[in-house]
Amino acid sequence: MSTAAAKSPAFDQQGTQSDAQRVDAAMRSFVREFGVTAALHMESCVRCGMCAEACHFHVATGEAKYTPVYKLELFRRAYFREASPFAPLVRLLGLVKPPSIGELQQWQELIYGSCTVCGRCTMICPMGIDIAELVKEARHGMFKAGLIPERLALMDRAAQQWGSTATPGEDLPDILREVSEEHGVEIPCDLDSAEMLVTAAPAELGDHTKALAAAAKVLNRAGIRWTMHQGGFDAANIGFNNGDLELQERLTRSIIDTAIKIGANTVLLPECGHAYGAARWEAAKWYGQALPVRIIHMTEFLDEMLAAGRIKVKPIGQSATFHDPCQIVRRGGLEAAARRVVAALGFELIELKDHGIAGYCCGGGGGVVSNVRATPLRHKVFEIKRAQIDATGAERFVTSCGQCRITLEQGAKQARWTKPVESLLELVADNLAD
Amino acid sequence: MDLLDFARGPALTFAGAVFVLGTLWRLSGVLLLPRLRDLSPPREGAPAPWRGALGTVLRRMWPRREFLDRTMFSTVNSYVFHIGLAVTVFGLAPHILFIRNFSGLSWPALPSNVVFAVGVITLVSLFAALARRLTHPVLKLLSHTGDYLSWALTTLPVLTGLLATAHLGARYETLLALHILSIAAFLIWFPFGKLMHAFLFVFSRGATGVRFSHRGVKA
Repeated sequence: MSTAAAKSPAFDQQGTQSDAQRVDAAMRSFVREFGVTAALHMESCVRCGMCAEACHFHVATGEAKYTPVYKLELFRRAYFREASPFAPLVRLLGLVKPPSIGELQQWQELIYGSCTVCGRCTMICPMGIDIAELVKEARHGMFKAGLIPERLALMDRAAQQWGSTATPGEDLPDILREVSEEHGVEIPCDLDSAEMLVTAAPAELGDHTKALAAAAKVLNRAGIRWTMHQGGFDAANIGFNNGDLELQERLTRSIIDTAIKIGANTVLLPECGHAYGAARWEAAKWYGQALPVRIIHMTEFLDEMLAAGRIKVKPIGQSATFHDPCQIVRRGGLEAAARRVVAALGFELIELKDHGIAGYCCGGGGGVVSNVRATPLRHKVFEIKRAQIDATGAERFVTSCGQCRITLEQGAKQARWTKPVESLLELVADNLAD
Repeated sequence: MDLLDFARGPALTFAGAVFVLGTLWRLSGVLLLPRLRDLSPPREGAPAPWRGALGTVLRRMWPRREFLDRTMFSTVNSYVFHIGLAVTVFGLAPHILFIRNFSGLSWPALPSNVVFAVGVITLVSLFAALARRLTHPVLKLLSHTGDYLSWALTTLPVLTGLLATAHLGARYETLLALHILSIAAFLIWFPFGKLMHAFLFVFSRGATGVRFSHRGVKA
């Protein structure tokens, strides 16, 4: 490492706020997060340290600082000073120091660079503390303070301008036309009326266009009246990952409002974990009422279409193992649906040692895959997954999240591991039967 | 008023008041915070929220198989001192008598030599927990002064109780007074530190149970 690199700070800053303003912005945001559930979870930790043993970053490195609940230390201090039932006493006696700007800056590595918000720690905690959700809430304050990794900030700015991190909406028709021609499949765009609004992940508009074509093949075969739409097409929701609540709301509204405008009764989300978290479980809160449209993930859609006989697949007849994307399975509840689709494809499923809601994260969720400082750490985490996949002896390796695929492909490339990471959707599309 | 009278009288009364009022203050201070309703439609077949909460409260009584290997010591040791504390607090005849005096509730006592043996095991287990906290890199990093205070104020009543039972180190009356004073200290600290998890765990697990069962996940 060069001297210059060694001296460069391990954090980024955005905006022109003074240090005091950054601390103030973070604290104001933190305090707003403490509703009853967050407060209960801040109060209940017994510092048993078990969460460390669930975290892929700790397991891969052995470093204590990656203990999930330690990643909440500044958030905890904000809570006990400002919002806890004994806050006045805590402040009066000076029992807990407020976070300083230096601490907030250094915190970026823990809150963005080494937490994928996968929630495996939530599953081990004897107190049932949802640490992942608290990290997500803490990120809101870091965003307000202008203290997020620059790569994520760049994506945030792109999404603010374009409504997507991949492309401006006005370019969507051209992209879809190219994908349509390349893969020989019809992709409707900007229809005035449709029963289903179909959305994409950013990678599907760039490197993973095969996934987009696969979705089109399945939708067309199922006889769905569907469209993609410039008004709302990128479901990945970078605001959800970055802690940018205004952007999260705007991106969510663009999709739901577009669906309502074209009379759709369903929004279909791509093979993307965070899209599911942001839209399926959080969209309604921006509207203050239950949404008038149904939001489903691609895995659910495939499962339902197969069950209804609207699509059929040819059995592949090999063994396969499945990586459970955290936001879709552990925090999304689609464990059984994914396995039904795997079974429909005729795979003999050999489960990973840790699978389902206890499966290990790919290491790239929550924006970590886009965080260049976290790259060496991600590669260490990849070894956990690689060892578990190799141990199954399965012929194929399948998952249902594009972001997981990208992370795992990057890890495989670095480790010179040659097993392809396959998309459940693409496998269905490639094996559609008449 | 001698030390034992002081311990049995004003000390215990004051400690009891702090315990009750402090616990109510902390619980109500948290439970009365705003609650954001989850407006997303529940997963098909999701249980009622109270069932989801109860499920997680009960499931977290034992660890998931996947995590057991890496948490064996903490898991086993925690069971030992939690069960040990329950047996010593609620199994010893004088304790039951004390509880009956202010609540009217009583139940059959365990033989005192059994409770004594359990007390010794509990004490060993508590020291093992402390040793781990002082030496394990994760626990060292996480621990606050309050955690060590919680440990000390949990251990002292066990230690003084054993000494009093064994008539070791001082006059029985003095040992008993120290035992009661250590319990008073425990009760005074209880609402302020992590000992509150004895009540909070139900709500904390329950909140996660509600969130996850809504999504169709057995957390």
